[in-house]
Amino acid sequence: MTATTARRRSRLRRWSGRAGWTVLAWAVAIVFFIPVLWMVLTAFKPESAAETWPPKFIFTPTLSEFRLAVTGMGPFLTHSIIATVGSTILVLLLAVPAAYALSVRPIKHWRDGLFFFISTKMLPIVAAIGPLYVIALHVRLLDSIALMIILYTAMNLPLAIWMIRSFMLEVPTELLEAARLDGAGRIREMGSVILPIISPGLVSTALICVIFAWNELFLAINLTVTNAATLPMFLISSVPQEGLFIAHLCAAATIASIPVIIVGWIAQRSLVRGLSMGAIK
Amino acid sequence: MTVIEDLAPPPKVAVERRAASRREGWMRRLPLLPALIYTIVVTQIPFVVTLWYSFQSYFWDQPGGARFTGLSNYRAVFTNPTFRGSVVRSVIMTATAVIVAMILGVALAVLLDRKFFGRGVVRTLIITPFLVMPAAAALVWATPMLDPNFGLLNYLLAPFGVNHVAWLSTHALGSVIVVMIWQWTPFMTLIVLAGLQSQPTETLEAAKVDGAGAFATFRELTLPHLRPYIELGILLGSIYLVNVFDAVRLMTNGGPGTSTTNLPFFLYQEVNNAFDVGGAAAAGVVTVFLTIIVATFALRMFARVFQFEEASR
Repeated sequence: MTATTARRRSRLRRWSGRAGWTVLAWAVAIVFFIPVLWMVLTAFKPESAAETWPPKFIFTPTLSEFRLAVTGMGPFLTHSIIATVGSTILVLLLAVPAAYALSVRPIKHWRDGLFFFISTKMLPIVAAIGPLYVIALHVRLLDSIALMIILYTAMNLPLAIWMIRSFMLEVPTELLEAARLDGAGRIREMGSVILPIISPGLVSTALICVIFAWNELFLAINLTVTNAATLPMFLISSVPQEGLFIAHLCAAATIASIPVIIVGWIAQRSLVRGLSMGAIK
Repeated sequence: MTVIEDLAPPPKVAVERRAASRREGWMRRLPLLPALIYTIVVTQIPFVVTLWYSFQSYFWDQPGGARFTGLSNYRAVFTNPTFRGSVVRSVIMTATAVIVAMILGVALAVLLDRKFFGRGVVRTLIITPFLVMPAAAALVWATPMLDPNFGLLNYLLAPFGVNHVAWLSTHALGSVIVVMIWQWTPFMTLIVLAGLQSQPTETLEAAKVDGAGAFATFRELTLPHLRPYIELGILLGSIYLVNVFDAVRLMTNGGPGTSTTNLPFFLYQEVNNAFDVGGAAAAGVVTVFLTIIVATFALRMFARVFQFEEASR
């Protein structure tokens, strides 16, 4: 009798403990998510319902601000897509062979190589922004998507090399040895053994590069005007000097953020590995 | 499942043969060269040019181009209170944001490591701030969230006696830091969570059997285990946060006055508003030197975090 009550009580305590954690966790999650929720919610408001006190939570949703935001977005969206996809492809083309030379068949000073790449991430690009502008002006690349591709590639390359290297180190040595015994050269070794195995890793590397390139503002704001202005620049232009703009801004911000949010949600697992440059698996 | 990668020497598949070693050496170097040359050209040349311009007087709104002025740009930089202020502010902003984000990150990771209803959804909601485009986040915080007249934050805090506070005028620096923390806590959480999930459960159970309390177990076992993960998070977070520009430019534009002007924003202003390429270059060179001092420590930490072994041939 007492044993059953004790068991029941302990089960009850475990259950209430779990309920407590559930409530706490959800509360924290909602606090963190509120600004995002507010952005999306406000995007569906008519402008007149967005700037009220107290803030409105119940309103007739409308797509009019989205429609308005989309009309001006076209060129910015195109520039962002070209710069992001272009730089990501270039990063992979450069990083895969480099990672190979730092892992599978390493050069003598592979460690120095690795640290050279990571050290370029620590040099603040902001320090060189004036001269960068002058250089871009002289080589006639100012305000061009090509320039954005070149710079975003350099920005993401170290990260990609570290990350891809960590995937290559996981390729079983026996497979490489077997391929070499079969007389496979470097190219075939890469094409038929390494690439098929690391392809999921390449996808997550690409996703990380896409996130950083898509969100970049500093270089874009300094080096582009109209011909290569990207989505973050569009957001800035959606804030007028006067008048009501909150709903419009939120619609634009939602559209600009959604692709990366969805990519990040899907790639949650590889996010950790990418952000730690392959240090955490 | 998750482990900090041991940067042990890569597997030596083939035994190196002395005779062919020279040719072999170049065959090994060849795949690295495109990335190496690319990185040197794109990331190092601008800094060399920066060094050159730092000794020139060059305003691009004035005719005549650049001319040599010796150290005068450096003299100007070191006597410029805005520059000194922006260095200090960069340090304050980065350190505060990184430390608070890490403390919150550890707490959230411990929370997410437990079993509860809807864990996957909670995790997804918590990482979302990190994925929002920083420019979008800054703009959404600036007005829809923090506006004194109809911002959501004032409404949510009204029960606590907050009455239409103009956050961006009265607490500008704090507001910018809060947004930095909001965006980077998820990053810290993910890294620490990976560390927690890599902790062997047997050790924790053994501690429990030995009668260790939850807090003692956390301090004596979990924290030491998490140390490399925490160091990694702090290091990477600092690399990114020291360059924060979007939040400053779009929330406060460096103000009021210069109260939120950090180094990136200062340099941006030098180039865009003062048209002073020479001055910005000198400030840039000083920034690079400061960074190199910090980066030397950071790289050493990086090496330790990745558990480098003795150099192998």
